[in-house]
Amino acid sequence: MPESERAALAAPYDVEAVRKDFPILSREVYGKPLVYLDNGASAQKPQVVIDAVSHAYSNEYANVHRGLHFLSNAATEAYEAARENVRRFLNAPSVDDIVFTKNSTEAINTVAYGWGMPKLSEGDEIVVSIMEHHSNIVPWHFIRERQGAKLVWVPVDDEGAFHIEDFEKSLTERTKLVAITHMSNALGTIVPVKEVCRIAHERGIPVLVDGSQGAVHLPVDVQDIDCDWYVMTGHKLYGPSGIGVLYGKKERLAEMRPFQGGGEMIFDVTEENVTYNDPPHRFEAGTPPISQAIALGAAVDYLTGVGMDAINGYEHELTEYALSRFTEVDGLRIIGPATAESRGAAISFAIGDLHPHDVGQVLDEQGIAVRVGHHCARPVCLRFGVPATTRASFYLYTTRGEIDALVEGLDRVKAFFGI
Amino acid sequence: MTVNLDSMYQEIILDHYRNPHHKGLRDPYDAEVHHVNPTCGDEVTVRVKVVDGTVEDVSYVSQGCSISQASTSVMSGLVVGKPIEDALALQEKFLSLMQSRGQADLSDEDEDELDDAVAFEGVSKYPARVKCALLGWMAMKSAVTEAEASK
Repeated sequence: MPESERAALAAPYDVEAVRKDFPILSREVYGKPLVYLDNGASAQKPQVVIDAVSHAYSNEYANVHRGLHFLSNAATEAYEAARENVRRFLNAPSVDDIVFTKNSTEAINTVAYGWGMPKLSEGDEIVVSIMEHHSNIVPWHFIRERQGAKLVWVPVDDEGAFHIEDFEKSLTERTKLVAITHMSNALGTIVPVKEVCRIAHERGIPVLVDGSQGAVHLPVDVQDIDCDWYVMTGHKLYGPSGIGVLYGKKERLAEMRPFQGGGEMIFDVTEENVTYNDPPHRFEAGTPPISQAIALGAAVDYLTGVGMDAINGYEHELTEYALSRFTEVDGLRIIGPATAESRGAAISFAIGDLHPHDVGQVLDEQGIAVRVGHHCARPVCLRFGVPATTRASFYLYTTRGEIDALVEGLDRVKAFFGI
Repeated sequence: MTVNLDSMYQEIILDHYRNPHHKGLRDPYDAEVHHVNPTCGDEVTVRVKVVDGTVEDVSYVSQGCSISQASTSVMSGLVVGKPIEDALALQEKFLSLMQSRGQADLSDEDEDELDDAVAFEGVSKYPARVKCALLGWMAMKSAVTEAEASK
């Protein structure tokens, strides 16, 4: 049994203890306790992450992979140690399979430009789901525009559920790539990515998994999933912004062209020619986000310490609780799965005909932060016929009391607008 | 900082939101524009009819929050019947009001001209909502400019 599971069984999840690790959670807004339910947009940071940034700049900062002096070595060691932390977090075979990027968006663009552009041509098909974030849509539109490739959309049903048969039906002889989310940021729907990979690989089709949300809520083992690429972003994972991760299978990274050119990513540059460094450095042009990478390393270790299974179990209970409380709010319509099965801890909803901006504004007045808007997922909003939704997303420090506050807040919203 | 929702959601705004004026798309028209707020997905389609340099009609369909709906309604009421240059000058005035971050120093004359639009002064304190209030006004400006150019 993994250590995290043992820990989860040994002691009940202590959310109050977890909350003490996050200094911002004790602050007030407008004189009211902060109820932060906009986690899906960005996570708050534990003290260990804040300390890691501070420690890096206070004690061991210099550029990495460039100098021979003491600080340069110290910074390089810390930066590369973070790569090992991330490798462990994802259970990747090797640190050489872990590329640091700016965020998920840059990770996906790295694959789109490095693999998609040279390998895809007129009529080739890229399968994506209707609930992708724009970061996993627009890079593929670029390939559609420039190479004439075609986007094929896997639907979801009216409950927002993803059906593996629909996915299988979307594959054709022209399918060259599957790019799919692990968990929808707009609907909360979880995609059975291991099954997706198995089916795609039977046909020799590689799969990119967007783990921007998935890696936060679900234990991830990239070898078990068997995906060709897995991307995630640091700031949603309790780490800093400006740092993301591209995991790629060794053979996939090896066949990719570099996306950006610059320092560190080369073997040699002459007047006539350039030769490229091996992965992961081939894809890390220029000075990387050094302290951000180090702090991301601290963030994933923190999560491993709490235990991803324990986090997942706790968030599942919270989601069940929220879904059940939401049934008490007249006029509330969930956009996405109405039960906690096959969904993660992000719930989009509508209140009557009220616009999400108006809902969010009245909630804000009560210190409750939610996301309002299209969640950078316009195709799925269009699918459900809504311009935008209100989304509450729960992280490892969210409490039942905060969900109660949200429900009370929604009553105030309705009273304010007289519905 | 404290918030006072009533400063944003003035009764006038809620009235226009519940009972929008001039709503619906009408013929004939000289220009039609479609504007969206890409950060939230709000959208508006505005038509204008211009006769002898005067805005004869403004009609629109829109989808969005109470602020954008009410603002578009107020805009249409103020602009219809005005000479084009006055309509555009009023648009400028409203833009300045919305960029004032709650620090607008309106003269009596400004208040008279802006009329119901003065109610949006409170919205200017909320940077995330300023674009909502401006959506219909920006569309009107484009439509009027387009209509004028076509003549």
